[in-house]
Amino acid sequence: MREILDDLDRWREAGKRIALARVVEVEGSGPRDPGAAMAVNEDGEVVGSVSGGCVEGAVVEVAQEVLRGEKGPHRVSFGYSDDDAFAVGLTCGGTIHLYVELFDW
Amino acid sequence: MSRLYPLLNEAIRSGEPAALATLIEGGPVGSKLLVRSGADPEGDLGHPGLNRVVARAARAELEQGLTGIRHYGPEGQARQDEVAVFIEAFAPPPRMLIFGAVDFTAALVRVAKVLGYHVSVCDARRVFATRNRFPSADEVLNEWPDELLARVGPTLGPRDAVCVLTHDHKFDVPAVTGALATRVGYLGCMGSRRTHAKRVELLRSEGVTEADLGRVMAPIGLDIGSRTPEETAVAICAEIIALRTGRKAPSLRDGDGPIHD
Repeated sequence: MREILDDLDRWREAGKRIALARVVEVEGSGPRDPGAAMAVNEDGEVVGSVSGGCVEGAVVEVAQEVLRGEKGPHRVSFGYSDDDAFAVGLTCGGTIHLYVELFDW
Repeated sequence: MSRLYPLLNEAIRSGEPAALATLIEGGPVGSKLLVRSGADPEGDLGHPGLNRVVARAARAELEQGLTGIRHYGPEGQARQDEVAVFIEAFAPPPRMLIFGAVDFTAALVRVAKVLGYHVSVCDARRVFATRNRFPSADEVLNEWPDELLARVGPTLGPRDAVCVLTHDHKFDVPAVTGALATRVGYLGCMGSRRTHAKRVELLRSEGVTEADLGRVMAPIGLDIGSRTPEETAVAICAEIIALRTGRKAPSLRDGDGPIHD
């Protein structure tokens, strides 16, 4: 999260609503370690990353559901083992578990 | 907006160790506890027992900076797993001390900053060690290596690095002996194989043991044919990473022949 502090500060100061997604667990080969974070604000601006670019698009959608209040704070996973052939996954074969929440704390 | 983030933000920016625990499953999801060294925990995970054990676990991780999920019972019981807590530790950045304010130093400062180090440049020669020459360093110090190491040495640990770039035995020897007295994870010395052979002789006469000499990476850096100061800085930082992760990468120290083609 350290690398997005400046952006988070700026958005908070501007009073933006923000959703925060953090990597909490990585199984197998994963590009980023637990603690990697990305944030999405109400204007759709995105900062940070949680993978090598493999799942960021899907994370933005999840974050927007949280921003719209359709979902509360929750865990979401992306991985090779997903049953849905069309699901987004990591090309390196690992699974990452994220925790997504409203950044209101 | 509440008060946890401002406290966390202040701790991270001031380099004070902090850990943020977030309950992510099995209770009030999203509840948080912020743990800092030398301050009472802030926040609430929903049960005093859980707060207590998580604070203890988080404190243990503060220095190491380990981040991950831990499981507990609803009241903080061990060997139960209904509750999942994500503990994210924000350790202060690792330190790099660079001895010798030479051309290679400026490049090494830049690469080390990219990698997140807190970088100090130290040279007893006032004309070389100026803020202007190393704008991106966190500090530029006019001190003898042994003086600086006597002061900050006890705080150095396995994540930190000491790079000796002076090429001058008068400064190199106290820098190396001073660094060997610390727990620093990486100690590299610049100079040709011939320079280093002479340095080893001087270090032995100072009473440095063979085991300690084994900690010195010299000539400094990986053997990737670096030529420019920037390429050399990459070779040095890559060697630091390889040593930390225990991966096999060809260090200049372990080869022979000239450093440059």
